[in-house]
Amino acid sequence: MAELTKAPEKTSMKTKSAKWKRSRRESSLWWMYLPSVLIVVLFIVYPFLDGIRISFTNWNGFSQTYDYIGLDQYKRMFADPDTWLVVKNTLLYGIGSTILQNIAGLGYALLLNHNLKVRSFTRTIIYLPVIISPLIMGYIWYFFFAFQGGALNDIFLLFGKEPINALGNPAVNPYIIVFVNTFQFVGIAMIIYLAGLQSISKDYYEAANIDGATGWQKFKNITIPLLMPSITINMVLNIIGGLKLFDVIVALTNGGPGNASQSMSTFMYNLYFSRQDAGYAATQGVLMAIIILVISMAALVYFKRKEVEA
Amino acid sequence: MDQLSKQAKWLLTGLALLITLFHLVPFYILITTSLKKVGDFTSKWAFPTSFNTENFTLAWEQANLGNAFINTAIITIFAAVLLIFFGSMAAYALARRTTKLNKYVYMLFVGVMVIPPLTALVPLYRLVVDIGLMNTHLVAILNNVAAFMPLTIFLYAGFIRSTIPKELEEAAKIDGASTLGVFFRVVFPLLKPITATVLIISSVYIWNDYQFAIFFLQDSSVQTLTVALAGFFGQNSSQLNLVAAAALMASLPMVIVFLFLQRFFIEGLAAGSVKG
Repeated sequence: MAELTKAPEKTSMKTKSAKWKRSRRESSLWWMYLPSVLIVVLFIVYPFLDGIRISFTNWNGFSQTYDYIGLDQYKRMFADPDTWLVVKNTLLYGIGSTILQNIAGLGYALLLNHNLKVRSFTRTIIYLPVIISPLIMGYIWYFFFAFQGGALNDIFLLFGKEPINALGNPAVNPYIIVFVNTFQFVGIAMIIYLAGLQSISKDYYEAANIDGATGWQKFKNITIPLLMPSITINMVLNIIGGLKLFDVIVALTNGGPGNASQSMSTFMYNLYFSRQDAGYAATQGVLMAIIILVISMAALVYFKRKEVEA
Repeated sequence: MDQLSKQAKWLLTGLALLITLFHLVPFYILITTSLKKVGDFTSKWAFPTSFNTENFTLAWEQANLGNAFINTAIITIFAAVLLIFFGSMAAYALARRTTKLNKYVYMLFVGVMVIPPLTALVPLYRLVVDIGLMNTHLVAILNNVAAFMPLTIFLYAGFIRSTIPKELEEAAKIDGASTLGVFFRVVFPLLKPITATVLIISSVYIWNDYQFAIFFLQDSSVQTLTVALAGFFGQNSSQLNLVAAAALMASLPMVIVFLFLQRFFIEGLAAGSVKG
């Protein structure tokens, strides 16, 4: 008995020292990733950290000198009503697009999972906007929604109604932005859901049929739980994409009227380039990084946990 | 899933066609708008009665699209090649040598993925001005390489760990090949499927990039398609026909590539999502 209990210890000691020897003999091959590390540090890590430093200054973006003013920019940010408007819009873009993209994407995937003749054609057309620049996609929808000469108002005119200025109306235009972003990227959600659906074994459905399960029961108890990994990927991808929205807003409303449809990205851009308020722009950048980090991590953890349960 | 009745199949086909039609609407509007003469105020839904190419030639010249095409192509090609070259090499070392240092470096790359690039805008802009790279192709190339490097390494490392047998490399090593030789002659050719995915994802995004190009490529000589188009829209917001013609021309190359290589676009994404 004594020998038996000793034996594993011995081997573990052996493997440990073998491991140690191997890791000494084995070089890290650091020169193979050095160029990649350098470029990522120079263009992402360093600017990100430097941004935190600048958020404590009153730098205007071009002067050689500036002062450290402590937490003043942060106090200003929390007192600024625009901050909350912009945060609210950013959350609307992030959460709104995520909900719409997932509902539509899953619906399309369920439809195209059937063996229809038009399947690949429909899939191509739905996916097409993904490869077009979001800026151009924004302009394309601008031709639809434009106050003067837009396709939507052509319909209104046809029925003798007054044309509407949808893009200039702050009560409506954030929703148009959500819609256009959804339209553009729903193809990605659809493809990920289709791949997920095709990886579910048909046996589950056959077994459920024998038990006399209804379509809804099969959807709720088989499809959704087994689709959880795809749901996680889509949720996280879409929310990060939506929170960072920039191009579509520039094309459709340019953040207006006033700041009504501004997202954190476009707001920051304006602070820096139009208002020469670099210190404050950096402060807004810190807030944006925190919001995106917290929300995407929360989404990841939440849906990963659901995956385990399922 | 395929035991649908005939009626159900017709119904679903009809539904699919309706959805397709809905997704074609903005493209239809784009085409009719681009074909109508400036000052033609007929409904956007009506197909133009006469074709004119005037909008296209005018937009091409005024928006300087020829130049923008070349700039965009240079930036996309160089950035994609650098990404694949340095990214695959880095991933190989990180996937094959699990030293402590390499674990930290890998964590750095994964951690960087969650930093929203735009939040570093202010200092990045200053940095680019300081090192004198403003309005150069190089800054756009390096920026895009940095932005996509973490994802590239993540994809390559996962692929190397799961599909490339170590024995192959060891055999080549015994034959006296150098590490670099083993990588480029033995490992890299086996990475083709994931290289195709990296190439497609990064090229589409870099080709379409606007939010970085607008900051660093403001001079008209280095403008990319998106920057040129945004400027053109600013000057012609009342002449939508011209803007539509420019938008159509700017998106056509990617659309053509997509229609021919669709399989790779969609399969790469599907495979990546099932594995990831």
